[in-house]
Amino acid sequence: MKTEETPSNAVTIATDGHGFVLHGDDLEAIRHERDHYEQAQAACIEALKIVQRRHGWVPDGAIPAIADALGVTPASVEGVATFYSLVFRQPVGRHVILVCDSSSCFLTDYEALREALSQRLGIDFGQTTDDGRFTLLPVCCLGACDRGPALMIDDDTYGPVHPDDVDVLLEAYS
Amino acid sequence: MSRDLPRLRYHSQLRQSAHERREETHPLTWRMRDDGQPVFLEEYSKKDGYAAVKHVLNELSGKDVIEQMKTANVRGRGGAGFSAGVKWSLTMQGGDLPRGYLVCNADEMEPGTFKDRLIMEQMPHLLIEGMILGAYANNSRFGYIFLRGEYVESARALQRAIEEARAAGWLGDNIAGSGFDFDIALHTGAGRYICGEETALINSLEGKRANPRAKPPFPGQSGAWGKPTVVNNVETLCNTPAVMRHGAEWFQGISGDLSDDGGTKLYGVSGRVKRTGLWELPIGTPGEEIMDLAGGVVEGQSLKAWLPGGGSTGFLLPEHLKLGLDFDTIGKEGSRLGTGLLTVVTDQQSMVSLMRNLEAFFARESCGWCTPCRDGLPWTVKILQALERGEGEEGDIELLEKLADDQGPGKTFCAHAPGAAMPLSSAIKYFRDEFEAGVSHPRREAHADPIPVGEV
Repeated sequence: MKTEETPSNAVTIATDGHGFVLHGDDLEAIRHERDHYEQAQAACIEALKIVQRRHGWVPDGAIPAIADALGVTPASVEGVATFYSLVFRQPVGRHVILVCDSSSCFLTDYEALREALSQRLGIDFGQTTDDGRFTLLPVCCLGACDRGPALMIDDDTYGPVHPDDVDVLLEAYS
Repeated sequence: MSRDLPRLRYHSQLRQSAHERREETHPLTWRMRDDGQPVFLEEYSKKDGYAAVKHVLNELSGKDVIEQMKTANVRGRGGAGFSAGVKWSLTMQGGDLPRGYLVCNADEMEPGTFKDRLIMEQMPHLLIEGMILGAYANNSRFGYIFLRGEYVESARALQRAIEEARAAGWLGDNIAGSGFDFDIALHTGAGRYICGEETALINSLEGKRANPRAKPPFPGQSGAWGKPTVVNNVETLCNTPAVMRHGAEWFQGISGDLSDDGGTKLYGVSGRVKRTGLWELPIGTPGEEIMDLAGGVVEGQSLKAWLPGGGSTGFLLPEHLKLGLDFDTIGKEGSRLGTGLLTVVTDQQSMVSLMRNLEAFFARESCGWCTPCRDGLPWTVKILQALERGEGEEGDIELLEKLADDQGPGKTFCAHAPGAAMPLSSAIKYFRDEFEAGVSHPRREAHADPIPVGEV
């Protein structure tokens, strides 16, 4: 594993022959985040989210890069990256659809919505459409129980979503 | 017919208009606007905002705040119902001790629960004001709002409110000229229900996996980075300004004869009712009044069962709706008030399927720290799946009961597995025939199949 500082202050980590460059702005954002806490490790989750915002997911090479930026072990970053459901460890589509599968939505026909989404997109939970447009994932109760079944696309929450609404909803995300 | 996109966008809503809400009776929501837009600093200040901070920091001691909270009997609105004043009185404080942290638990992920987001999205300064008072009582030097990552609207409103409060001198050094320093950072999570457990939340805040910690020591003695740390729910903290502004006696008076607990509760209803939503009502309001506000169940169906406060509480029957919804009354019926948001099940819905869904949620969200939870919950799901398909074996129901017992209080590291066991035990208790209907095979000698962890 090799670490080097580039003129842009980015951290380049080579792992298994695949280079990963932590963008200079991201490194700065991670360092800024670190100041909010008594210990640098606390910025780990936010660092993973910063990387994810740029790349869409967290590539393997980002783990030692984040570890280096925070001065913690890669194992501790990896442990965190594999624990949290909103940290994606493989590529996702341009838009991530989080479908609430918890009790209130289950009681208001979540299964019909899931079926409609699966059919329309041709994928099941955990998969990405061939055109790389959408990834479909289940999520814990979205806290929109009064308007179930609910789902979230990127930063937008919708509900109640009837299977007939799926087309108009997906159209808004190119 | 497809509806248009804006109509599908979720916007948290209170089902009470401004003329129904008064300062004396609706301490949490009286300032909210009918259009649902956030109340930011200018408007909040005009509506008596930060008056409690001004009064307390200059005229009362931290001990006074704790005594008022105890007398008001503000019980934790995150679900446990522990007295906030008592919790605060147990925080380690002293001249030779480091000042610790106040953490707001805003990781609202309990299935069926949608109350805290309303406050955070529409009244962010109320939470900040409550946190300043909580920090003063606990001598905390810094606060974190631990917010679930999916609450994007809440994050926007809170971030703006924190910046406004800091610019106005309500956060930072020497707040309101009192000599008290306190500031807040917004910490957003990355998913996992277990983060709502207070010690798991502290681990997550420290940037670790959200495994719970052993208690004792309690967070009030040794929490985040080993410092005294107080963890309170959003709604609990938001009750503090009104208690300090109008007094414990007034707060107790809101609930009057309905309950020994003080104040109001954000009650809500989800499921197949005519009018789902949220209401701020005196704590101890009978369930039937809340069901009436929700208009009862949808046409052509009848009420079969209800969860009083999220997926980790025990099922109750229609006749239990006459009970006042407070912590002790619901506790005596073998359930828990939890978050006080009713999940309604009708006669046309299967308890076995619902339990399969709920237990799959708990199995997926187990942090894997201890065996009854990590292994017991997927096993529970496997049995429920078989019963749902009508392929259960003789003895399966007894096995479910045994598993629920093994996941019960005191047998696991934290409250996650007991939270999964409570709805299951109560569902079998009240609807055993539905589970029995899923049994079609005689018992085999042993289960040959491995436990399909991946399936749940």
